Order: sequence, then C-alpha cells, then structure tokens
Amino acid sequence: MGTSLKELSKKPEILTGGHRMCAGCGAPIAVRQVLMGAPDGVQLVVANPTGCLEVSTTIYPYTSWNSSYIHCAFENAASTLSGAEAAYQSLKKQGKIKDDYRFVAFGGDGGTYDIGFQALSGALERGHRMVYVCYNNEAYMNTGIQRSGATGLGTWTTTSPHGTESFGKTQNRKDMTAIAAAHNIPYVAQASISHWRDLVKKAQKAFAADGPAFINVLAPCHRGWRYPMEQTVELAKLAVQTCIWPLYEVDNGKWNLTTKVSKKKPVEDYLKIQGRYAHLFKGEKHGEVLKRIQENTDKEWEKLLQICGAE
Amino acid sequence: MAVNFKDINKTVALVGTDAVAEAMRQIDPDVVAAYPITPQTAIVETFAQMVADGKVNTNYVPVESEHSAMSAAIGASSAGARVMTATASQGLALMWELLYIASGLRLPIVMPNVNRALSAPINIHCDHGDSMGARDTGWIQLFSENAQEAYDNTLQAMRIAEHKDILLPVMVLLDGFIISHAIDRLDLVDDDVAKKFVGQYKPEDYMLNASQPLCVGAFDGLYGYFFEFKRQQEEAMRNSVKVIQDVGKEYGAVSGRPYDLFESVGLEDAEYVLIALGSAAGTVRSEVECLREQGLPIGMIKLRVFRPFPAKELAAALAGKKAVAVMDRSDTFAGGMGGPVFIELRSALYEEEKRPLLVNYVYGLGGRDLPVQLVNQAATELGEIAKSGQVKQMVNYLGLKE
Repeated sequence: MGTSLKELSKKPEILTGGHRMCAGCGAPIAVRQVLMGAPDGVQLVVANPTGCLEVSTTIYPYTSWNSSYIHCAFENAASTLSGAEAAYQSLKKQGKIKDDYRFVAFGGDGGTYDIGFQALSGALERGHRMVYVCYNNEAYMNTGIQRSGATGLGTWTTTSPHGTESFGKTQNRKDMTAIAAAHNIPYVAQASISHWRDLVKKAQKAFAADGPAFINVLAPCHRGWRYPMEQTVELAKLAVQTCIWPLYEVDNGKWNLTTKVSKKKPVEDYLKIQGRYAHLFKGEKHGEVLKRIQENTDKEWEKLLQICGAE
Repeated sequence: MAVNFKDINKTVALVGTDAVAEAMRQIDPDVVAAYPITPQTAIVETFAQMVADGKVNTNYVPVESEHSAMSAAIGASSAGARVMTATASQGLALMWELLYIASGLRLPIVMPNVNRALSAPINIHCDHGDSMGARDTGWIQLFSENAQEAYDNTLQAMRIAEHKDILLPVMVLLDGFIISHAIDRLDLVDDDVAKKFVGQYKPEDYMLNASQPLCVGAFDGLYGYFFEFKRQQEEAMRNSVKVIQDVGKEYGAVSGRPYDLFESVGLEDAEYVLIALGSAAGTVRSEVECLREQGLPIGMIKLRVFRPFPAKELAAALAGKKAVAVMDRSDTFAGGMGGPVFIELRSALYEEEKRPLLVNYVYGLGGRDLPVQLVNQAATELGEIAKSGQVKQMVNYLGLKE
C-alpha cells in the first residue's frame, strides 16, 4: 500500500464532513490521516473516550462516522474496544460472522495519559489486535483547557495558571510513547499532523501489526494553545523542527527515527507564537523556565538519537 | 406428555461458585470479561479452566480491573456477542458508572454478583450492601437462597436479559461464603436441555454487522432524547415482571423447578409475616415452619426479584395481615429509615387501605451470623406487635455486640 496523494485521495472518508469540531482543530486531521492508513476491504469499529471528538461527531440522532462506532465512558476506550475485538475474535472463530474487521480508538491525551492509562495498559498487555491513537493536544480541551500528564513544563492552563507564585505547569510531561513501547507490543509510533505521509505510513504499519499498536499524534488546539487557527499545521511542524515533538517509531522493538532534524530550531520559535507560553516572555521573571524547556528538549533529543542509533 | 425430571436432572454436590460456573458453561457465552475478587474468584477460576479445557467456545478476557471487565463486556455486547462477567463488593462498586451505561445502552449482559460487604472497615463476608447500592442502576436483580437457585437464576437471567421487550442487564445475586463457598446438593439440568432453554442469541442491532454499521453511545445533549431513553428504560423494567414470571414458569416446565417473583409459606392463614431474601430465607423458613407447628399464625415471604420491585404483588400478598417484619442484610444510612427492602416495601404498602404494621430488622452485616435464635427473637417481637397493634421500635438491629 502506497502513500501517494493520488492513491490516498481514492480512500473512502470514514470521518465525514459536517461534524462540529472547531475550524482549525488538529484532531480530525489526525483522524483522517490515520484512517487513510487503514487497509482496503475491511470494516472498522471506531472507539472514542469522552472528549471533543466524541461530543462533536456523534450528536444524536446523527453520526459523522461511516463505520461502526462506540463511546462508553472517559477512562475506558481501550477496554471497551478490547471487548469489541474479543467479540469479533470469538464470533469469527465460531463462524457467526464473515467480514474482516479492524479496531481503532482515538483518545485525547486526558483519556490516554491520565484517566484512561490503566485500561490502555491492560489492553496493550493482553495483546488485542487494535490500533490506539492518542490525538494529543496536551491538555483537557473539551472541558476548557485543564492540565494533563501530557502538558509540558511552564504551560499555562486553567488548572496550572501562572501568577505571582507560579510560572504555569511546574512538572514535565510524561513520555507516553516510550511507556507504550515498554509494553513490548508490535508497533508504537510518535507522529505529527504536519508530517502527513509519515503518519499515514505509521498508520499502515499499525493496522498491519498482528497485535496492539499505539500512535501518539501531536494535534494542536488553537483554543487551548492560544494561536491563530490557520496556524495549526505550522505549529505541529515547528514542534518537530524544534525537537520538542520528535517523530519516531518502535517497530517490533526496533527504534527508528523517522524524520531527521538537521538544523534544530530553538524552542522559543515554537513557544513564542502560543498564548499559553506568553507569560514566559514577559520580563526576566520566567526566563529560567525557557532555559529549562530548551535543556529538557536537548536532553530528550540526544537520548532518542542514541536509542535510535542515529546521529 | 409428562416429563420425568429425574432423567434430565443430575444431582451433584457443588459450592455455589461452581454451580454458577456450570450454568456459564452451559450458556457458553461468546465473551466473558472478568476480574477476580473474593468471594467471586472461584467463579472465574473454574470458568478459566473450562476455557483452557475447551469445554466452551468463549473468548475469555482476563482484564486488569472490574472497571475494564464491565467496559469490555459493554464493548463485546455492543459488538453483538452474548456476554457474561461476574464480580463482588468493591468490584461492583468500581463498575458503578458502567452499570448505568450497560443498562442505558440496553445491553443484555448477565453478571453473577457474590454479595459481600463494602469497605470500610474492610470485610470480605456477606451482606447485601454491594448490590443494594446498585439498585437504581437499571439492572434486574435476582436473589438466590442457595447454590441451586444461583444456578437456576443464572440460566434464567440470560433469557430474561435477551428478551426483545426487555434488553436489560441482569445481576444474579448469591451470598458470599454462605452460598459461594459452602458445598450444597443441587440438580443440574442436562446440557441439551439447558442449551435449548437458553437458546441462541440473535441481536437486532450490533456493531459487527457490515450491512448496517451501528453508532453506540452517541452524545445526547440538552435538546436531545435523554429523557425519552430513560422513560423507555423504566418501561422495559415494568415489562420485565411478566417476562421474569413467564421464564420462571418455562424453566419449571423443563427442570421441575418453577420460579416466581417471590415464594411464601403459610400466607393463607398467617396474621403476621417475615420477609427475607438470600440465604437467610432458609433459616427464616425453618423457624417459621417450626412456629407454625406450634400453632402460631406466622408466615414468610422469600423475595427473589428485588429489581423490578414487585410492589403490587407484594401488597396483594400482604393484604389483611396484621404485621410484617422485613429482614434487611444492608443499611441505607438514611438516618432511621431502615434497610432498602424495608423502605421499598413500606412505600409499596402506602396505598393500601388497611396497611399492616411494619417493623425492620437489619441483620448480618459483614457476615455476622444469623442463628435461628435471632429469627425467633424477631418472630416473637413481631407476634407481640400483631397482638398489641403497636410498633415500639421501627428499625432494629439483630445480633449486635453493643
């Protein structure tokens, strides 16, 4: 299966237009790119935890999904979908159904890094054949920009506000992609909506994996990140170019850097155009935090290069 | 043609958990997603062995928590599979939000729950606080007196849940340790008879139907249909009364053991009546029969179906009685209102012109034993209430060490 635009343009749209996600939202872009990687001729079951994508695409009695779909609760997209996959394996083996199915979950970072973490870890460990995609916008956006385990150091959110005694979020984000990889599942990847061909290829590998696959996709949210809505893809690209969000995969245990960054841009290029970091650029008070973000980024990047055997 | 039930029943000695596992084997669900918890653990252990030995076609999903057990059950049932799980106590409590989702999505999941006290203090023994806390979650609840009933209820539960006018999940309740871990004599129906009785599951709408994909769990906001969904759920619960009775009769025809909403002793001439559910019903029956032999006008009701609550039928059965004592193996902490069965029965009798006097006995919390002497104490006090026409203390605690 290729990734030429000509080929991909012929793929059926599983997430149709007319849904109510914000104009300029990164999430539906991530969904459409991932679903372009789904194999031809299979049926899909899509799962969402509670979140923007769920409330905006399934407003009863309508649905934007040209496939079967399930939303159960917030913390259990992975366990709910694992049940659906178990049903498929059982019914298929017993000859009760004939069609081929693939199972894919799209969860936000809240439903993946935080409240849905246990259910996801359990599903990955049990080895269900399903693709779990985190559309990562680094905070709880559906409820109005609250910090999550994916929110980076120094970030303003409504529950990690900056003030006279605080510079925003005081903790680093957790490395969810590496945590997924630690489950030793067939395929894990980190991707960005700005690098669509890279993401489609990763989705193809994820769907082809004979077991669980996890893809962590950076999908900027202009409401929460506070930037002009037309810059969503640009922001995602800058995250890659500054190495704040490196693109890599762990394919059957082998770590590969999928997008090389020859001339790393300073993180400030990425941070300064986002309102959620504006307080770091006002006066000298929080200059130290900018330095720490750059240092963390450099350290993580070097570590990744080493693991991937890249230079 | 007369059925010789001896031919289709096999008498066995099993603990309650194995009796339930036998029913699960005969049902042979497509998916079982479960997590171990005392005193339910032996159900999943026995069933896992059945899977390992190829005795069932079930895909057994050994999840990492009860929350995921019910989530996976919901996913599997939505996909079109016949699904079971089992739990107890804290496990049921951890499933709490999902109990509402299972019933709200109208999924016919069957779940034996081995009744155990809820922490704190932590206690692994029997009371009904766990399932009583789930009484408003939209699940049908069937109580069992012994291993035989736990087995029979499990087979019937599948039929009730999957009935097209119902489509509600069903909890089969059996007392922790007292039933779950005690070896009991019971009759199992033939596999063929059980399988024919339970039948094949043919869902109408399900996700793995390629010709008609399904959206499950859509968002329904302020201007949607939430209210209508909930009203229909209540209607299904009302409809289930007749279905539970029909299935109980049908089960009687194939097994020799008919079931109804409740059963009774001596109601025809009793002036006062004890009501109990679960394993305590056996102790109560024994004492009531003993007292009746002594000529006392006492009777009893063993409540089998707690959800739907058979209010009309209980009111009719208790019409004209002087006094009724309700035995509750859990409390509501409502500040003096009594246990859940008492509160509901009291409400059910409100419309009656001649209401019996009511008294509540909360007993057996955290597995505290209910010896026959305590039942005798309650029966004696009830007799005095019937005679004097006065209830001195509405809510009483039986067998406290205080």
